[in-house]
Amino acid sequence: MLLQYIANGIAIGMAYAIVALGYSIVFGILRLLNFSHAAVYAFSANMILVFMGWHFGIWGAVAVSIVATGLLAVCVNQFALKPLRKKNSDKVANLITTVGASYIIQNLMVMYLGSERKTFPFFYDFGVSIDIGFYTITSAQISMFVIAGLLLVFLTLIIRKTKVGLAMRGIEQNPLAANLMGINVEWIIAIAFFMGGASAAVGGALIGGYYQLAYPSMGVMVGNKAFASAVLGGLGVLHGAAIGGLIVGVLECLIIGYLGASYRDGIAFVLLIITLIIKPAGLFGKKNITKV
Amino acid sequence: MKEKTMNLSNAFKSFLAFCDRWKAVIIPLLIAVAAILPQLGFSTYIIRLMCNILIYTSVGMALNLLVGYTGLVSLGNVAFFCIGAYTSAILTANCGWNFFATLPIVALTASLGGVMVGLPTLRLSGPFLSITALGFAEVIRLIAMNFMSLTNGPLGIRSIPRPNLFGLELNLFNKGFYYALLVLVLLITLFIYLLTNSKYGRALRAIKNDEIAAGLMGIRTGSYKVMAFVICSALSGIVGAFYASMIQYIEPNSFTQDNSILTLSVVVVGGMGTLRGPYLGAIILVLLPELLRGAEGLRFVIYGLALVLMMRFRPQGILGWKSPLPYKLPSPPRDAGKR
Amino acid sequence: MPLLDVNNISISFGGLAAVSGFSFHVEEGEIVSIIGPNGAGKTTVFNMLTGVYKPDAGSIKFDGVECNGLAPQEIVKLGIARTFQNIRLYKDMRVIENVIVGMHINQKYGFFDMLLRTKKFRTCEYESAKRAQQILEMVGLSQHTHDYAKNLPYGEQRKLEIARAIATSAKLLILDEPAAGMNTGESESLMHFIRTLKDKGFTILLIEHDMNVVMNISDRIYVLNYGKKIAEGLPEEIVSDPQVITAYLGVTKEGKDAAGD
Repeated sequence: MLLQYIANGIAIGMAYAIVALGYSIVFGILRLLNFSHAAVYAFSANMILVFMGWHFGIWGAVAVSIVATGLLAVCVNQFALKPLRKKNSDKVANLITTVGASYIIQNLMVMYLGSERKTFPFFYDFGVSIDIGFYTITSAQISMFVIAGLLLVFLTLIIRKTKVGLAMRGIEQNPLAANLMGINVEWIIAIAFFMGGASAAVGGALIGGYYQLAYPSMGVMVGNKAFASAVLGGLGVLHGAAIGGLIVGVLECLIIGYLGASYRDGIAFVLLIITLIIKPAGLFGKKNITKV
Repeated sequence: MKEKTMNLSNAFKSFLAFCDRWKAVIIPLLIAVAAILPQLGFSTYIIRLMCNILIYTSVGMALNLLVGYTGLVSLGNVAFFCIGAYTSAILTANCGWNFFATLPIVALTASLGGVMVGLPTLRLSGPFLSITALGFAEVIRLIAMNFMSLTNGPLGIRSIPRPNLFGLELNLFNKGFYYALLVLVLLITLFIYLLTNSKYGRALRAIKNDEIAAGLMGIRTGSYKVMAFVICSALSGIVGAFYASMIQYIEPNSFTQDNSILTLSVVVVGGMGTLRGPYLGAIILVLLPELLRGAEGLRFVIYGLALVLMMRFRPQGILGWKSPLPYKLPSPPRDAGKR
Repeated sequence: MPLLDVNNISISFGGLAAVSGFSFHVEEGEIVSIIGPNGAGKTTVFNMLTGVYKPDAGSIKFDGVECNGLAPQEIVKLGIARTFQNIRLYKDMRVIENVIVGMHINQKYGFFDMLLRTKKFRTCEYESAKRAQQILEMVGLSQHTHDYAKNLPYGEQRKLEIARAIATSAKLLILDEPAAGMNTGESESLMHFIRTLKDKGFTILLIEHDMNVVMNISDRIYVLNYGKKIAEGLPEEIVSDPQVITAYLGVTKEGKDAAGD
């Protein structure tokens, strides 16, 4: 059974990882915990259902939702956070603003889509499963792993190899200097939000399909797990988010297997709190030296 | 144009000076109004709303100590509220204790929770603290959900008795409950006032302004942050006990993140780090959704908008001005003056 | 016995030695300066003295007590207080409150004194406010008593930092670039002020880039470069020290010869 739980955990953990990326990318650039990310994630899965209602077909709906969710994340930045940066507001104001934005998004969905749980298609299940001895890996788990893995590699390549990625790392080091070097900082920040939102949408499609459920407040639990993954791996470090996601996913499945489902949602937090106490910068994060 | 704003700020200053001079009259007057209000023949619905306002003022006041004075943005205040509500509900409904006798226990259990969040956060800054508190609140809710033998799990605790003062049941019909809450909110206000106008309050504000500089001036920043957590959690727990006794039925889902966010909004909208802020914040945020009774999600959209708009246009809160009046120097202690 | 006796302190960040084997001492009543080019490790030395960083090796003795490894709060209690290179006032608090916060460790009333507003509490608060006013008078900020710290002009903010450090009842004041950003007139008056502090019995340890200030008020000077002490002595000895000239002006032909001696 142990191997079975681990296999399940790796599949769901990869999905957590790509939602976690959104926290990590934005934190890397702005040193801001974007609490609205969870609601953005929930938006993606709910919009897939809306677009399917408009006869986009599942794959079309997913594609459109990825773009729409990316744009929503950009909107949060443009309308809520950018004005604060212009005013040079303090960090607390930014934090509270993202909390507010998350409530607006989530509850507008409740108002227009209803708060009830809706069935989500298990669209990437090809009905195949591979038996290896006494445990089974479904094709859905494999697709989940592959899709999420490809996205991770793709985003890592963008950040490591492209000009945009270089600009992002430049801003991370010193926004003012990056600006003076001719980098359009606001534009790069917008791109980062788009990347975060779009990858959350991929996560939304995968996780929505996995549990075959979508509802407006679905972001609360997964968002928090993704957040725990990002912090566990080290915020701002992409491979950290991936490994954090895997750890959270596997542990969660082990808990479900051995202790029962009722405690599974608590594990992410317990893990998060322990990490923050023992290694506040996360497993792969850089330690900050206090500057006086 | 500029002259106009000058005039306005001067008018404001003299208004504040006036309030300050007559505060020995104005404050008792306001309390008297609050005391007479429920006697004007309002329906139970209105009395319940007024009680809600007092509850969120009190818990906002407690959270304000953390968020407004110390600069620790806790997103999980409902944890303490929940611990307090359950402690009191279990002791009154299941063990037959008098409500008021449970309050010291409530303060104890809730502040234990405060220590549990406060200690790890010593090593954390800003947003990490917020998320730890949020996570803690979620863990508390899960415990309430799964610890069947103590909390009755998702079924919740029913028929929680109302407070009983020397044989008199304080409920919404005889308005006794309202007066109990009024006394509570005034006591909490007085307590925060005394605390913040002392070396303790100065230390907290110094930590908010610059934690490193505070530490290097000899303030034990860690102990003070834990102190702020303990006081906030104990007070929130006590308010939670009143809340349980008001709605008489609690279940784990009465204590979700939404409650923490509402409390935070009360503090932010009214004015962080002020005594007056939570009163206005609670009045606005409790009444607004009632006036706009509409779709299910609307009230939370309003809370969200309130947070975003306040941060953008008036981050200090509606009543969050810094006093332009001179600093009040302490007067010499009476005996010392005679000498 | 020197008031402050620092022996062979070293610290490195991520394998990079920021300060290595630095020793110095300050006698009671002296004004001692530490100078050196940017990034020489001066502020790091101050951070070790005040407990922000723990030195990897070495000892720091203040008044005969070993301070290496003590928390910043303990060090303040022993009698060392500092100012900051980048001003770190409590900006949203009043000027007088900033000073009273400095007295925190000497305000000895307890929680119940505060709640019940006992005589002990009232006396203590009254005395503190009175003393804060005296300190503000002394540094020349009394006209700003009621202002909010962030509304003070830059030079006055530096003075307020010194006032706050004095309020801790420190014997040793550590001033980190007090004249930074001041014009000649302001730094002249600052110099005068630091001398009056010395006359009042304070011992002063100073980091400063303004050579005019350093040469005029220092009793002794230590020069740091790349985390190592390259010279020490009286101001007149330092000005003519070839190594110091090299460190500040870069290696010139003459400098190279001189350094080679």
